[in-house]
Amino acid sequence: MAKSKLFWPIMVLVFILVFNLFFDPSFFTVEIRNGRFTGSLIDILNRGAPLMLISIGMTLVIATKGIDLGVGSVIAMSGAVGAMTVTGSPEGSLTPLFLAIVLALGVSVLTGVWNGVLVSRIGVQPIVATLILMVAGRGVAQLITNGQITTVYYEPYKFIGGGYLLMLPLSIFIVAFVFLIALYLTRKTSIGLFIESVGANPSASRLSGINSKNIILMVYMFSGLCAGIGGLILSSNVASADGNNAGLWYELDAILAVVIGGTSLMGGRFFLTGTIIGALIIQSLTTTIYSIGVPAETNLVVKAVVVLIVCLLQSPEFRNKVFGAFTRKGIKDTKDKGVTLS
Amino acid sequence: MQEQKTPRLVMEGITKEFPGVKALSNVSFQLFPGEVHSLMGENGAGKSTLIKVLTGVYSNDEGTVKLEGSPIHVANPLEAQDLGISTVYQEVNLCSNLSVVENIFIGRQIMKKGRIDWKEMKSRAEEVLARLNLTIDVTKLLSSYSVAIQQMVAIGRALNVSARVLILDEPTSSLDTDEVNQLFGVIRKLKDEGLAIVFISHFLDQIYEISDRITVLRNGELVGEYMTKDLPRIELVSKMIGKELDAVSSNRDEVAKKERGEVLLEVEQLARKGSVEPFNLDLHKGEIVGLAGLLGSGRTELARLLFGADKADSGEIKINGSKTKLNIPKQAISKGIAFCSEDRKAEGIIPDLTIRENIILAMQGINGVFNYIPKKRQIEIADEYIKLLNINPRNPEQLIKNLSGGNQQKVMLARWLITNPELLILDEPTRGIDIGAKAEIMKLMISLSKDGMSILFISSELEEVLRTCNKIVVMRDREKVSEIDNGKQVTQQDIMKQMAGGVV
Repeated sequence: MAKSKLFWPIMVLVFILVFNLFFDPSFFTVEIRNGRFTGSLIDILNRGAPLMLISIGMTLVIATKGIDLGVGSVIAMSGAVGAMTVTGSPEGSLTPLFLAIVLALGVSVLTGVWNGVLVSRIGVQPIVATLILMVAGRGVAQLITNGQITTVYYEPYKFIGGGYLLMLPLSIFIVAFVFLIALYLTRKTSIGLFIESVGANPSASRLSGINSKNIILMVYMFSGLCAGIGGLILSSNVASADGNNAGLWYELDAILAVVIGGTSLMGGRFFLTGTIIGALIIQSLTTTIYSIGVPAETNLVVKAVVVLIVCLLQSPEFRNKVFGAFTRKGIKDTKDKGVTLS
Repeated sequence: MQEQKTPRLVMEGITKEFPGVKALSNVSFQLFPGEVHSLMGENGAGKSTLIKVLTGVYSNDEGTVKLEGSPIHVANPLEAQDLGISTVYQEVNLCSNLSVVENIFIGRQIMKKGRIDWKEMKSRAEEVLARLNLTIDVTKLLSSYSVAIQQMVAIGRALNVSARVLILDEPTSSLDTDEVNQLFGVIRKLKDEGLAIVFISHFLDQIYEISDRITVLRNGELVGEYMTKDLPRIELVSKMIGKELDAVSSNRDEVAKKERGEVLLEVEQLARKGSVEPFNLDLHKGEIVGLAGLLGSGRTELARLLFGADKADSGEIKINGSKTKLNIPKQAISKGIAFCSEDRKAEGIIPDLTIRENIILAMQGINGVFNYIPKKRQIEIADEYIKLLNINPRNPEQLIKNLSGGNQQKVMLARWLITNPELLILDEPTRGIDIGAKAEIMKLMISLSKDGMSILFISSELEEVLRTCNKIVVMRDREKVSEIDNGKQVTQQDIMKQMAGGVV
């Protein structure tokens, strides 16, 4: 178990959750209220949904040795497109809702095509290519919303982020669905193998007959799609579109989640489950900081410290240095025993 | 005529050790003013280590360096430049996004009243380049000029620092014939002006055309120093490879004069500028063809054209009689061609993946995204080839980066064998692996060819080529120079003669 890449992230997640228990004895309690499950754990899952989605997409991009800085802006664009489509629509019809979803996700996938083409066909470095979208995308989002926060009064739109299914928030099902699709595609088709080989050794992959350009294009499209879904959820949650602030800094949280989950920024092997745990760590951290009443101005510092601890725990060199003393002592003890026995 | 002069540079008893390797042991080298002195040797002979000691990149463990009679200690490349020892590297070592002037004066700008004196720098740059018979607009970006001119600018930059010794490390490797002639004109001019020039190249023709003297290194040791005109090419090659001419004899019996199958591959006038001159080749089914030649002779470059790893500029390839275009590896693979690169680390293994994943990679590449080989089947395939090729460890889930070189090579072979190729191109498959694994790979080649597979075998080990191949194609200076049918009477000497070329 300790050998698994997931061990330390899980331990940290458990620690953060248990830590909450000292401040709120009912932290793990899940109640049924108004026919819905409620409780802190449900809340973390629900609020963490956009980050989990975006991190799934980011994982595959990072596995190809790329990075997608544009996801935060895609959230804003997707939300803006979605909200502007339904705003002022009559309550009775569901058509505007579906139209909003299709348009928002379509735009998001297009942003992925844009990034993917820049990186794979034109050879722009991923960090530069996606930086362009990071800046431009937010600009486009502001143009769509005319630079104002647009409020949505159309009720069905609120269902995406606020709706319930089988007594659980719909967003949890959306995450589960996207996660399972990603897991299926990467484990039951050869996409996962190709992504890892392109990320770990692009020239060897090319010589093995793999079309790395299409693989790279595809992961950016998928990342765009994930960000688009996340954007719809976020915009629906607050029933508005905010080109300025929606999805701000999400790209950084997503990269963190991926790294915490054990995927290396150098590309190659990736860990989708690890990413989900990473995203949950970040979300529970945010929730915890608010709920235990840490002064708002220290928020970011506390978060940074915890992330630092996770990263240190994952480094074998660090573990050897810090825990090495224990381990060596342990081995010595057993050895001594062996000698006595014989 | 140089004999009367005092040497400009003398290196004596140079020894340089790296952890576990003696890169240079007691090597001596001397250079006279007004001569072009070639430094020859195969990979790992110690040429670049010697140059790096001279230019202060490495410090020598033992030995002395004297410049015009007085001992010098070069601590770093900058100091070497100040002493008048300048190097022009194979890859143009300039900033292509700066102007020619800036490139020539980078790091030692001419200042006037605390500011850069552009006017003076421009006229000085033009002066320097005029010395090289080059008149260009020096304010333009370096990248707007051809590689040959960039190379000249690099030389110009080197000359600017009152150079006394000029080292040219593979200056011609990316130039075409005209450009090489142009460069040689410049070299001759500089030589007549009394500059001492060290010339490093893999092209024998060029060595014989331009150099007055040759020093040969092998495995970090000095083989000898010779006047170019007194050293026949064949002797130069044998000194580089390290086989004494008379001691080389061969007692192969088993290289049978095999009956040739149908023609599998026909190559006509296949060429790529700067890497392979127009090349013809016929390859029959079940034939093992050896591709011999020194490093830089174009062996690997040809193999890459046949695999679509590089794109040919001209010529045509026919497989089983029908004309084919091979622009990317995938096309070649689907036509039944497999290619094991000589650079296993950079172009072969995917280090983070398991033996199993590395084995099925090319096969899965053909199958595409959705036609995924079930994991169970993958394990079966991996197990089968682990057994067949005796891969160690036996666990298909082991990461390939933890394997020894020989076992990694076997995994690469397995990757291609499961695609069931008609033509297997092996580029130095036995390099850097132990003798046992070498023998196994050669045995495997012979048995595969008996089953009808054609193999193109690139190797620097002439003995291996003679032991396995039905036909040997020799390349020199990017060209095919001869085709030899193997048989008892063929010796390593015959092949070396062809590799060396020229009048023997």
